[in-house]
Amino acid sequence: MNDQPVVTAENLSLTFETSDGPVHALKDVNLEVHKGDFVSFIGPSGCGKTTFLRVMADLEQQTAGTITVNGVSPEEARKSRAYGYVFQAAGLYPWRTIGGNIRLPLEIMGYDKADQDQRVKRVLELVDLAGFEKKFPWQLSGGMQQRASIARALAFDADILLMDEPFGALDEIVRDHLNEQLLSLWDKTHKTICFVTHSIPEAVYLSTKIVVMSPRPGRITDVIDSPLPRERPLEIRDTPEFIEIAHRVRDGLRAGHGDD
Amino acid sequence: MRNLLPVLTVVAAIIALWYGAAIMLNSTWAQDKATRAGTTLSMTELITDTWSQKKPKLPVPHQVAAEIWQTTVEKKITSKRSLIYHAGITFSSTMLGFVMGTALGIALAIGIVFNRTMDMSVMPWVIASQTIPILAIAPMIIVVLNAVGISGLLPKAMISMYLSFFPVVVGMVKGLRSPSHMQLDQMRTWHASASQTFWRLRLPSSMPYLFTSLKVAMAASLVGAIVGELPTGAVAGLGARLLAGSYYGQTIQIWSALVMAAALAAGLVSIIGLVQRLTLKRMGMA
Repeated sequence: MNDQPVVTAENLSLTFETSDGPVHALKDVNLEVHKGDFVSFIGPSGCGKTTFLRVMADLEQQTAGTITVNGVSPEEARKSRAYGYVFQAAGLYPWRTIGGNIRLPLEIMGYDKADQDQRVKRVLELVDLAGFEKKFPWQLSGGMQQRASIARALAFDADILLMDEPFGALDEIVRDHLNEQLLSLWDKTHKTICFVTHSIPEAVYLSTKIVVMSPRPGRITDVIDSPLPRERPLEIRDTPEFIEIAHRVRDGLRAGHGDD
Repeated sequence: MRNLLPVLTVVAAIIALWYGAAIMLNSTWAQDKATRAGTTLSMTELITDTWSQKKPKLPVPHQVAAEIWQTTVEKKITSKRSLIYHAGITFSSTMLGFVMGTALGIALAIGIVFNRTMDMSVMPWVIASQTIPILAIAPMIIVVLNAVGISGLLPKAMISMYLSFFPVVVGMVKGLRSPSHMQLDQMRTWHASASQTFWRLRLPSSMPYLFTSLKVAMAASLVGAIVGELPTGAVAGLGARLLAGSYYGQTIQIWSALVMAAALAAGLVSIIGLVQRLTLKRMGMA
């Protein structure tokens, strides 16, 4: 059960045609993500990490190769609402309360009213925002807003969570706190998480698998299976194992940059 | 209240300029009268005369105010000489035209945003429609509609609509397209239908644009109503008062109708402004 691949990409390529000629956002990417994995994609900007996430989410289409999500094409996976997507900005609607914002995908997907209420309550507790249901987004801090947007992605029954630099705009202290919460959330919900970041400590701290990517063309240079235990206090970042993995990630990133 | 002083200062300056201009513009006629009567005017007499002529080139504020007082407070509303009666007629076709124009504008904007063919084909015509001078097309609308048996309020409202739908189309197209790529992608990840995206994201996002457009549309609608009243034979309405005034050289009447029209426009636009503030505040967008 644990080894069943959730995402499989084979020779995946995506080329954008621009007026300056073709841009190879992704080139021959091969990757397997297993159920329950926490996979981080790390690399400099232009390495295709976000593009890869968007292909998984059917927000972009590959130009060559194949990719399956839950055994079907990304389009079918999207239509069966197989994943929740958390964007860089919380993107909460100012005219809806926090509860109303979390309810939005549930309304769209046609959950009945009682079920909606119960789900909103549950996910708000999950992200530690119980009691904020009736508040409006502007009454919350940036970190809380991003937690609400994670709650929104968790509210419906998707077992994959795609996160595109969700904490990129937040300060370090808030970020540490949210990373800790995200891990406990992952532990509680048994979701498969794909997480785009450009912070090495964040990637190493969170992931069971770290995918190091490099630009021009966007490709995978290293895949590191983390030996760290599932249970990770923040202090784990000072252990030799952690530092060793961080080193390997840094080396991978440097190697990818060699041609600059 | 802090901005009351600057506003009052500007108003005082305008009134002072106005009285001064009236002396300059009306003095020729005062001097002519004096020459014919074989008298000469002292400075005080000249000024008093220029400020109290029956058909001055430029009536002074107190003359206009007196005329407005006589034709509003001192006349019954049902009287044909009541400015309120005429303003009411203009108001009703302004409102009908405004409502029709807003509806048409929103409908066109939705079509343009959701349908590529409409985007390519309708927008140029919408813009072209506004390059035709309304004064040229207004009599034709009246005549054509009269020929098919439509007269009264509707033809005037059509002219108002013709002017007021334009700002609504332009504003709403922009407004309905205002959600970011991220917000639209988000809807896509939820596999939301076009109508769900419209009602839950595009329409609420467009509200600030809608209200701004409505203010412009309301002012345009009033202009349309007044222009629509000119070719109807100057029967009733503020436009009719303007036309009748210019036929008979009743400058005071013209100015009082103008002031009334301006007050009406200011009132209507500020009502929209109030609704805008309340709505956007409730929506957390103000």
